[in-house]
Amino acid sequence: MSEPVKPKRPRGRARVVAGKCAACGARCQSACPVDCIEMTDAGEPLVTADKCIGCLKCVKVCPAGALEMFFTPEEEKILAQLAGTALPEVDEEELERRRRIDPYRGVWVFVEQNDGEPARVSWELMGSGRQLADSLDVELFAVIIGSNVGHLAQEAFCYGADCAYVLDQPVFARYRTEPYLEAMCYLVDKYKPEVVLMGATGMGRDLAGAVATRVKTGLTADCTGLGIDDKRNLMQTRPAFGGNIMATIMCDKFRPQMATVRPHVMPLPERNPAATGLVLPEGFDISEAAIFSRVLEVITDKSGKDRVDVAGAEFIVSGGRGLMAKENFAILEELAGELGAVVGGSRSAVDAGWLPPDRQVGQTGKTVRPKIYIACGISGAIQHLVGMQDSDVIIAINRDPEAPIFEVATFGIVGDLFDVVPALTMRIRELKQARA
Amino acid sequence: MLVVACIKQVPDTTQVQIDPVTNTLIRDGIPFIVNPYDSHALEESLRLKDSNGFTAVALSMGPPNAEATLRKALALGVDRSILLSDRVFGGADTLSTSNVLAAAIQRLAEQDEIGIVFCGKQTIDGDTAQVGPGIAVRLGFTQLTLVDRIEKLDLAKKTVTVRRKLEGRYEIVEARLPAMITVVRELNRPRYPTVPMRLASAKAQVEVWNNEVLKLDVNSVGLKGSPTWVSRIFSPQRTEGEILGDGMRDPVGAALLLVDRLLEEDLLAV
Ligand SMILES: Cc1cc2nc3c(=O)[nH]c(=O)nc-3n(C[C@H](O)[C@H](O)[C@H](O)COP(=O)(O)OP(=O)(O)OC[C@H]3O[C@@H](n4cnc5c(N)ncnc54)[C@H](O)[C@@H]3O)c2cc1C
Ligand SMILES: Cc1cc2nc3c(=O)[nH]c(=O)nc-3n(C[C@H](O)[C@H](O)[C@H](O)COP(=O)(O)OP(=O)(O)OC[C@H]3O[C@@H](n4cnc5c(N)ncnc54)[C@H](O)[C@@H]3O)c2cc1C
Repeated sequence: MSEPVKPKRPRGRARVVAGKCAACGARCQSACPVDCIEMTDAGEPLVTADKCIGCLKCVKVCPAGALEMFFTPEEEKILAQLAGTALPEVDEEELERRRRIDPYRGVWVFVEQNDGEPARVSWELMGSGRQLADSLDVELFAVIIGSNVGHLAQEAFCYGADCAYVLDQPVFARYRTEPYLEAMCYLVDKYKPEVVLMGATGMGRDLAGAVATRVKTGLTADCTGLGIDDKRNLMQTRPAFGGNIMATIMCDKFRPQMATVRPHVMPLPERNPAATGLVLPEGFDISEAAIFSRVLEVITDKSGKDRVDVAGAEFIVSGGRGLMAKENFAILEELAGELGAVVGGSRSAVDAGWLPPDRQVGQTGKTVRPKIYIACGISGAIQHLVGMQDSDVIIAINRDPEAPIFEVATFGIVGDLFDVVPALTMRIRELKQARA
Repeated sequence: MLVVACIKQVPDTTQVQIDPVTNTLIRDGIPFIVNPYDSHALEESLRLKDSNGFTAVALSMGPPNAEATLRKALALGVDRSILLSDRVFGGADTLSTSNVLAAAIQRLAEQDEIGIVFCGKQTIDGDTAQVGPGIAVRLGFTQLTLVDRIEKLDLAKKTVTVRRKLEGRYEIVEARLPAMITVVRELNRPRYPTVPMRLASAKAQVEVWNNEVLKLDVNSVGLKGSPTWVSRIFSPQRTEGEILGDGMRDPVGAALLLVDRLLEEDLLAV
């Protein structure tokens, strides 16, 4: 018995879709098993079509949709004939992936603290973690490492945690990479979480990068959005290239999936003082002799007049190069006084010496999420926007109607700030006096 | 003793723009620069060369054209510049990037003792701040991030004391060498190349190490060794704001309109 010879399914060849490449770093080239992709100096691929075997790897790996398969008209014809006859393939790779990741369950939030004082970002993350845990139908764990930190477990429950691992030892009194790294890796090995979230703070970034390397898993930095796809994978969205683009990052073949989130990017969940949870004390300890670093001194800049916290402020009045001089910040201070706001600014204003560096908002300054952000004489460079675009309401005052700040503003006034700002201050003052 | 500076060549992101029609990055003519933080890492390694007689090595993983960046490092005075380049290194995330950099440093350590590895605090393109810790953990070096001052270097006791710049506080930390230190802008002011140095560097040799030199498992580098992958790239969504009044001719009127709107939407408590 001989079956009629079926035509072979044509595989096609890869080609570049013009104008779509994002120069992501030669992912397509390194995915190609037959070396038929060369990169130009601009970082874009050139496909040598007659070497291509149509394996589709480059097309799958391209984040920008810049590669596609094409078929000759003859091949198209054969494809049309074969349509509907394809057999479902058993995906060995997918089965292997499942076997590897299945033991991992639960969402963890690392609770950052300094001298027993929790970092607000940890509670913001508890809100995100709660949503992820609910979509995955698993429990939300707080991970608390420190010395005399037992009280933080109850706080964690108030913000949404179901359980709290508590590692309370003198050796953890001051954050140092080595003991915290050992402690985290011990917990991850023992309890196998599927998601671990940390604040993208000095401490969080120091620890997360170290843990991910030791555990040999993926870590996505500075996420602004977190979600779960239909295969229980974490979809992590973050800005890159200085905020010019957003990227969704996946870590679907490895567990835990680790991510950091900057402070003030996620809203603080409501605190429920009546919440309860399960405290899980862990006896893990490390000998001081095994640690090769010591914190000799901590200097807080609480001293002096400048202890203004821009990052935590509910109202911010910000000034940029349009202010022209340091003295002119007085008009912003006046408006801020009426609103109970804090004065911040752009990097230009800080570089000019008009404001102290800790007031800078943006990529290399603070990320803020106030109720109202008033940008005066700030053009809205992308590096500034990434630091403030999640504010509830953004008000822009600029005399250039084309200034990019208007693209993120809720309300804008095109005008001279030296006229508009005092007028605003006056109006609010009048209203207050009328009420009084 | 060696001091190593890890430097990355990056597109100047201040000049990157999005094509409003295709929603993609316009990169034509965008210059590549040394990641700004890395020029401070480089400067600090040159200072250790000047003050303590360290041998300074600049290290970069990247495509062949990253040689230009390493040549600049030679012009500034490093003793050796090494480019880690191989097509199997492409498409790397931070885990596989730190694997290649750590392997190269390990190789250097076979030739001479390593004192300090300097990295930038973060890059301006990937912007993760993860590669430094990755290198430290892989090599078992002490990890000191966000350093804005080297307080003391004690080569007899093999310790370094640094100041770390954290949110609202500084920490003075003493740690054992070898150390991996990530640096912030305040650490130093990078020097400019002198004309003779620049001329000499044009002839100097940038060493290129591919995977035949490093002999890493191809499944642990580049795309294959990367647990994370970028599934989608898109431009940030922005909604056009509402312009109130005519602030040029009637600033007071515009201000009144704004306050009314804020009160209407219950945003202002007066
Ligand atoms: C790696 C890197 C990181 C950076 N990080 C940051 C960061 O964290 N934060 C940050 O802010 N920047 C950052 N920058 C700098 C950023 O690119 C811009 O240069 C900066 O934000 C511009 O500041 P500005 O808006 O005050 O000044 P300009 O861009 O000069 O804008 C001044 C604006 O004021 C307006 N104006 C002038 N006079 C008046 C007037 N009388 N009334 C009303 N409007 C007036 C003008 O129309 C103009 O739009 C970074 C840059 C780089 C390369
Ligand atoms: C859109 C986009 C998003 C990304 N998001 C992630 C992510 O969330 N997680 C992730 O793991 N990877 C991510 N990557 C990949 C990441 O950018 C690369 O791994 C890159 O090689 C190193 O990361 P970085 O630029 O963030 O370096 P950072 O970790 O910010 O760099 C810190 C320091 O390490 C040194 N260094 C870094 N790279 C090199 C190098 N190639 N040569 C020499 N020294 C170097 C420098 O001293 C630098 O200052 C992303 C890539 C893209 C295109």
